[in-house]
Amino acid sequence: MTPLPADPSRPLLEVRGLRTVFHTLAGAYPAVDGVDLSIARGEVVGLVGESGSGKSVTGFSLMRLVDPPGEIVAGEVLFEGRDLLSLPESEMRAIRGDRIAMIFQDPLMTLNPVLTIGEQMIEAVTEHHGVGERAARARAVEALGQVGIASAAERLRQYPHEFSGGMRQRVAIATAMLNEPDLIIADEPTTALDVTIQGQILHEMQTLCEASGTALLWITHDLGVVAELADRICVMYSGRIVETGSADAVLDAPRHPYTAGLLGSVPSVNAPGTRLHQIDGAAPPLSARPTGCPFRTRCGNVLPVCAEIDPPLVGPVPGRGWRCHNPMPERDAA
Amino acid sequence: MSERVDTSSREPVALAPAIGQTPNRARILARLRSRPTARGAAIMLAILVAAALFAPFLAPQDPYDLAALSIFDNRLAPGAQSMDGAVYWLGTDSQGRDMLSAILYGLRISLVVGLSATAAAATIGTLMGLLAAYVGGLVETAIMRVVDFILGFPTILVALILLSAIGRGVDKVILAIVIVQWAQYARIMRGSVLVETRKEYVEAARNFAIPGWRIMLVHLLPNALAPILVVATVQVASAIMLESTLSFLGVGVPITEPSLGLLIASGFEYLLSGEYWISFFPGLALVVLVFSINLVGDRLRESIDPRRR
Amino acid sequence: MTPILEARSLVKRFSRKPDIAMRLLALAGRPVDRRTVHAVEDVDLAVAPGEVVGLVGESGCGKSTLGRALAGLHPPTSGEVVYRGKPVRELTKAERLAYTLEVQLVFQDPYASLNPRRTVRQIVGEALGVHRLAPRGEIAERVEAALAEVGLDASYASRYPHEFSGGQRQRIGIARALAVDPRFLVCDEPVAALDVSVQAQVVNLFMDLRETRGLTYLFISHDLGLVRHICDRVAIMYLGRIVEEGPAQALFSDPQHPYTAALVAEIPDVRRRKRRFTPIAGEIPSPMAPPPGCAFHPRCPHAMPVCRETRPALAPVAAGRQAACHLHTAPGASPAAISTTVGVPAP
Repeated sequence: MTPLPADPSRPLLEVRGLRTVFHTLAGAYPAVDGVDLSIARGEVVGLVGESGSGKSVTGFSLMRLVDPPGEIVAGEVLFEGRDLLSLPESEMRAIRGDRIAMIFQDPLMTLNPVLTIGEQMIEAVTEHHGVGERAARARAVEALGQVGIASAAERLRQYPHEFSGGMRQRVAIATAMLNEPDLIIADEPTTALDVTIQGQILHEMQTLCEASGTALLWITHDLGVVAELADRICVMYSGRIVETGSADAVLDAPRHPYTAGLLGSVPSVNAPGTRLHQIDGAAPPLSARPTGCPFRTRCGNVLPVCAEIDPPLVGPVPGRGWRCHNPMPERDAA
Repeated sequence: MSERVDTSSREPVALAPAIGQTPNRARILARLRSRPTARGAAIMLAILVAAALFAPFLAPQDPYDLAALSIFDNRLAPGAQSMDGAVYWLGTDSQGRDMLSAILYGLRISLVVGLSATAAAATIGTLMGLLAAYVGGLVETAIMRVVDFILGFPTILVALILLSAIGRGVDKVILAIVIVQWAQYARIMRGSVLVETRKEYVEAARNFAIPGWRIMLVHLLPNALAPILVVATVQVASAIMLESTLSFLGVGVPITEPSLGLLIASGFEYLLSGEYWISFFPGLALVVLVFSINLVGDRLRESIDPRRR
Repeated sequence: MTPILEARSLVKRFSRKPDIAMRLLALAGRPVDRRTVHAVEDVDLAVAPGEVVGLVGESGCGKSTLGRALAGLHPPTSGEVVYRGKPVRELTKAERLAYTLEVQLVFQDPYASLNPRRTVRQIVGEALGVHRLAPRGEIAERVEAALAEVGLDASYASRYPHEFSGGQRQRIGIARALAVDPRFLVCDEPVAALDVSVQAQVVNLFMDLRETRGLTYLFISHDLGLVRHICDRVAIMYLGRIVEEGPAQALFSDPQHPYTAALVAEIPDVRRRKRRFTPIAGEIPSPMAPPPGCAFHPRCPHAMPVCRETRPALAPVAAGRQAACHLHTAPGASPAAISTTVGVPAP
């Protein structure tokens, strides 16, 4: 498929009112509950949330990879203006792995254990582009070289289990970059890695995305990584985006009490040896979310209205907003 | 690439603990109920067990009471009337015994042998496997080599040799079945315990200087038992089969306490002369019994093993 | 002051015992696979009463094995563990029980570390009953007191672990340790498996318990930000050995080993934006085949010929600080180079 000419006035990806539910014996629970999100070309967006916040389900929903008992029930995912949710599966398959690629926490999820990585990478190229195997192989070698894998031609003949955890993640990234996608959705790709290896992977992702103009949706629970990597940040809680804005605005002048609480609990912002600022309680399970604002049971700023009305997203400018009846006082972004 | 991405089901599995708060037992029962074949099998099994249990009240005749038998009624076809007017719905055998009554009582013996042999074999095998996995070293080597030895021979052969040495009898058949079947439980239990032993709660118990016997019985046993329970249901069926085979071959239960296998054997010589019912109906009862136990067992395995859901 | 717990030249190796099949194949001429994991190699570490010592390193560096060896769960291959000045292997039976109970572990995985088939009361009270540390009638009371101490309601005692969230389960694990009145807690990545918003709660609990109970901690973690926050002293491990050790603030602000410098540079920081990641190159070598000389030399930008041949000893480099690096001792080398470890372009 030939890429459409880029329209600079339009975001690369625009998500409106996305809602994904999980069916259980006791009923359908929304894991993603009305998410709006937009990503511009070449932009790095951090989607931050705890386990159960719906951040991963959001990523899978964008790729239409939600398996039963999950189901996408509402919303639009506009990729260059086309709604991915209404495309036939065959067209969606042409987009997946070509224009939008995904990287997971466990790279073995995408690597087939009984095929060499060469076979898998070559197939990933020839499936989407009418090129011969020789050209596809050359592209695979080039991509592996770009993520810092030495003697790439030989390593193409190896199986996934012959690679270490960090190397496997590199292979997954190289595979995702093969067709120079417009967007990579990365779901906690460095969480299982050691810190020095995480640094290497972050470095390679950053360099590659800048060089090819690829946009990046980085899904993580780690505020520190997102702070150092992202242009914009969306904070998710209980299936909703509760705060969004530029990295500077969200991190330096958070308005939602949840964001402020998360940032306050980071050890480096507390004086050594003192108690950390903490958010009490735990995120409610999908089946027992409170009425009104889902954060109110843990919130220090709670008002009577919070139990009744789910706060809408409000904000001073497009792209900056929070869902809170009683936000944190305004501060200046550094 | 895309093909590979969307084949596996990941996220729903990862999310399941957050959503599925239903207790384990209720979920397993719900799953068991949700399959019509398994449900049918479970109902059939319940009927057979009830029939065996209440045989003295259901059976028209006491097959052990030789005085109640009339030799004139021998080898009557199904549905025939006796001298005194009663109907033999499933016919009679060469002694004039009502087949329906004989099957009900035979079912009793087959079930008693199957259940008690399985219970004893599972208990012994479970404890042996637990000991082997937890203690390790020489104990493990000794137990597991015996297990390998037993599992290396055809079950029926070992049982035949044993019984020809110790003689017939319900208790002896049970003993023979236990000897050939405990090894399988021991092997499964050892694997299951080895998995559990690596979990941190066992380390925690050791760190509290909890005695080894207590770690084994209180911590490891309950957590490693699930696969044993599943295998045991299927093994009940194979114990019944084994008992029937041994009885059919004449080394199993004594003639005074005929099980299904012995009933089949007793009708065998008349099969070719067209008097099929003496073997056929006990055989049918055996097939239905074993088949329904296996179906229930299979479904149980599926509900317990998350990978097979 | 006598250290409460000490490792002296501690070595722990794990080797696979050849089974019958392997021995048979060996008879047939196939070489036996006798790979040995060098988990902990010649470690000296002393923890003074009341201290919080951080043990930091990446996966496979032996930090968990060292922690478990100190808690008495892994008998050392050689060297010894010394509890209150007395080698553990010389303790009498009663002293040994006291040591085992006084040195408690808090585990990483809040799911695997609680027996799913026991109630909270049974879990927390088990050791009290088994060792008769409290009269039968008082166990319930002691359990409730331990639960209260970690911030859990007494009514939770009759519930099962699956009814709790990760953070609550971690509290139950801590209550279980507190029930036997420990002096020393070995915490093995105790918050790594928890949600960010819950991590702070558990960290605060540890800090409160230090105050109220005067506990001593060995805090094992890969999270340098957290270690910097709560520890007095820190030891950095790489491939089974301690490569640097010293007071937390000094060690983080002025690393004396290139590996420490690389780790410190990788601490994610919410105050840093759009960072240019210039990471240290290379992978962690396998603990089954550690490189000769200094184990870090294949990744070290300052590696000299001597680093490939001789392993540097852990030696004092400043007041209260030790490091194992040739840059401090080799003629012509300058320790000042350590601060430039990261930022050198990856090869």
